[in-house]
Amino acid sequence: MEPAERTLDLPDRTFRVTRLDLVKYAGASGDFNPIHWNDRFAAAVGLPGVIAHGLLTMALVGRALTEWAGNPAGIVDFNVRFARPVAVPDTDEGAELVVRAALRQWTDEGYAVLDLTATCGTDKVLSQARATVRPS
Amino acid sequence: MPLDASFAGHSYPPTVPYRVGREKIREFCEAIGASDEACLDPEAARKLGYPDVIAPPTFAIVLTNSGVRLLVEDPDLGLDFSRVVHGDQRFAYHRPIHAGDVLVCVSTIEEITSRGGHDFLVVRSDVTAEGGELVVTGWSRLVVRGE
Repeated sequence: MEPAERTLDLPDRTFRVTRLDLVKYAGASGDFNPIHWNDRFAAAVGLPGVIAHGLLTMALVGRALTEWAGNPAGIVDFNVRFARPVAVPDTDEGAELVVRAALRQWTDEGYAVLDLTATCGTDKVLSQARATVRPS
Repeated sequence: MPLDASFAGHSYPPTVPYRVGREKIREFCEAIGASDEACLDPEAARKLGYPDVIAPPTFAIVLTNSGVRLLVEDPDLGLDFSRVVHGDQRFAYHRPIHAGDVLVCVSTIEEITSRGGHDFLVVRSDVTAEGGELVVTGWSRLVVRGE
């Protein structure tokens, strides 16, 4: 197999995040920071309102990565910077997160290095986001 | 007051062993909307060569955060958690976490810098299984906003 000739299908992925998702993630992860569920507290620390856990955003990007890799254990290395908060309004629609990837290179081991973006509206919520994945 | 830079290189003791359960993995999957069979069905996981259901990759944060908590609560370091922002997160995976794993985390402050009135810490958290097998390493960059 010639790594240089390999391709990976990387369709954009869209995720919806509601207040209910934040409550579920808080319980599952053990992160009960009130900025993720309490508007009053979030406003007091200067946020636009309740924001999503950065690691929930990272988890959703992780879902996209394992789908693209076709391998639930396919992530070798995963790095993000939380550039902007994902504000989650108290509505049925919540917030919408769009995750995109571009293939940067294949490594000698046959792993794909992907440059990632995650946007919420016009905000790029992650920067310097990159992952190395081992396709199935 | 800036953090004491001499804490760079300081490691905290191993966390209390954490036993990974199938239902905890299922709960985490439901919270993030993951539906991979290998995370939910032990038989599907075994077909892929794992002893039991595997955790989604970012489940590792449950372990690494338990290590980071030790330094957040260290009175000698004196971190004001109300001003801490999680800046960056990286994971390097050696193998997936699976149900039945008993894991401990050792967190080490790799770097402390101050700039523009803010402090920046890079904390490395090594998660190991019984026998010392390295499973995943996390790096968390914490920003402590100036007053």
